[in-house]
Amino acid sequence: MKLLRKLPPEARLLLPAFVVILLVVAVPLLFSLYTSFTSYRLVRPETIWNVVWFKNYLKLFGNSDFWWAFGRTVLFLTVVLNLEMLFGLALALLVNQVTRGQRMLRTIMMFPMMFSPVLVGFQFKFMFNDNIGIVNHILQNWFGVTEAIPWLVESHLAFFSLACAEIWNSTAVFAILLLAGLMAMPQDPLEAARVDGCTPLQAFRHVTLPFLMPFVYIAMTIRSLDVGRAFDIVKIMTNGGPAGRTELIWTLSARAGYEDARMGYANAMSYVAVLLSIAFTVHFFRKLNASRQFLNEVDA
Amino acid sequence: MASVTLHQVKKSYGETAIIHGVDLAIADGEFVVLVGPSGCGKSTLLRMLAGLEEISGGQIRIGNRVVNGLPPRDRDIAMVFQNYALYPHMTVGENMTFALRLKKQPEDEIKHRLDQAATMLGLSHLLERFPRQLSGGQRQRVAMGRAIVRDPQVFLFDEPLSNLDAKLRVQMRADIKALHQQLKTTSVYVTHDQIEAMTMADRIVVLHDGLIEQVGTPLELYDNPANKFVAGFIGSPSMNFLPGTLRHAAGSTVIDLEDGQYWPVSTQEVGAAGQKVWLGLRPEHLQVVDGHGLNATIRVVEPTGADTHLIMKLGQTELCATVRDRIHVQSGQTLQVMPLPGKAYLFDHATDARIALTADAPTPEVVQ
Repeated sequence: MKLLRKLPPEARLLLPAFVVILLVVAVPLLFSLYTSFTSYRLVRPETIWNVVWFKNYLKLFGNSDFWWAFGRTVLFLTVVLNLEMLFGLALALLVNQVTRGQRMLRTIMMFPMMFSPVLVGFQFKFMFNDNIGIVNHILQNWFGVTEAIPWLVESHLAFFSLACAEIWNSTAVFAILLLAGLMAMPQDPLEAARVDGCTPLQAFRHVTLPFLMPFVYIAMTIRSLDVGRAFDIVKIMTNGGPAGRTELIWTLSARAGYEDARMGYANAMSYVAVLLSIAFTVHFFRKLNASRQFLNEVDA
Repeated sequence: MASVTLHQVKKSYGETAIIHGVDLAIADGEFVVLVGPSGCGKSTLLRMLAGLEEISGGQIRIGNRVVNGLPPRDRDIAMVFQNYALYPHMTVGENMTFALRLKKQPEDEIKHRLDQAATMLGLSHLLERFPRQLSGGQRQRVAMGRAIVRDPQVFLFDEPLSNLDAKLRVQMRADIKALHQQLKTTSVYVTHDQIEAMTMADRIVVLHDGLIEQVGTPLELYDNPANKFVAGFIGSPSMNFLPGTLRHAAGSTVIDLEDGQYWPVSTQEVGAAGQKVWLGLRPEHLQVVDGHGLNATIRVVEPTGADTHLIMKLGQTELCATVRDRIHVQSGQTLQVMPLPGKAYLFDHATDARIALTADAPTPEVVQ
């Protein structure tokens, strides 16, 4: 108490916040960082004191499964983000053209976001099922496909199926943000572009798109964090399988931590995943700042 | 450069007609100002010329081409917008050369034209800046530069000065006029500001409710307004209108005003006796006199420095007089005012049309 009174008032006022952050964020973070330098196994608690320094990381970097999962995560991020951007842009442009019933459409557009990714995973698993799934049913009955396509088994197809589920679930994020951008956009420069000789496509390319880019990068930043931690849909639809062919960093990490009980190793992997997410975020933030340089028209 | 011809041009949005058939011929190299109160359709007309609005009826020709169905890019026009409409992500130089780059003009040609326009507008040192780093006046210049480099058939200006402060507006007004004298490109300029119209135009087109009220040179409109609307719109402060009734007395015509005063308007008979009319008097044509004049009570005195506005009441009607001399009067005081000889206008009360007065100056005798 005496010590508390010695503190300057501003420090005393901020103290509760510091304590909360310390307990909720800093301690767990430092603890997990520490365990990533130990051979900590959940089944043998005393191993938490067994410091192995960088052995976990070295083992990780020498493990081809990890690198495959890492690469697959980066690929998944890239494919999903870009497709969501394209679909979201298309949706936003279409909805922006609608004058009557636009509110209704906007709400409908957000429906997929209202479902838990776990449920979406179950639903897509069901739809892509090679025996009873509707996708194969349609292909076989309407398009004359004879064999049952192993959507969730063959590695490329499984990757495609996962991407479908993820994109269906979250394209609305892009659509909503880009629609907001389109609605905020001043019309004069577009008209000026038409007078200056632009075809509608050129006007879109030279005027609309540069204006939308900040919105694209905001959506990219949000979604890169989402997709970077992709776990639920994969866990439900393929569980990383078959034979680890759809394993992403987080599914691999969760497996190492909770199934193999190698918490130290799993934490090391998680740190790499977090750094990857940070790298994406930093990248998109840089892009965002570069693209919105011109936006503040008012101040010099 | 080209002439512009509008023939029975109409515009309607669904059932609502905005422009009811406008006929106008603009000569090659002419500077024409479309002026009118907000909602009169002047901007719509300009945007129809530009191709930004569809034409509901009639025909628009630029040069020898009918442009009705052509998109803006094929009309060879350049437009300057009210809020500049610069491309925010492009530098000044890029903004100005955008149209040329779209047309894939040779690089040295683009540079040459850019340099020329930038020098003309004093923008040479700003070419690398972005629009947000410029002041309003500079942005306006860039918007003009963007039009100039294209060397189009026609310049269209949509209230380009209304976002600038008063001082800058006066300067840009002169600059645009000087620029037109140099380039001699056919220009159509839209404004709601009659001073801009008066100072810049070769010819003014006064629009009201989607119809042309009158077309003429600035001084024609000022001296010979066709109707009450034009008379009230052109000139500042605007013309006073006193309601009255015509009476013929011994071959001459007098107008009975409110509260028993009357004013001889002509030594001949004009109009029909008993006809309801407006007596139009420009504030700058009113002089304060001793004895012979209309009695008016001062409400407010507004000195502007160069001259003084006297806001008065004649009967129930407000009356403004602009006097050059320093005058020491107070509100509540009653004065006698009288229009300069030959400077009174008469308009029919029902149709607002002008009633021609003979050139004879009315005798300045007022009897109470």
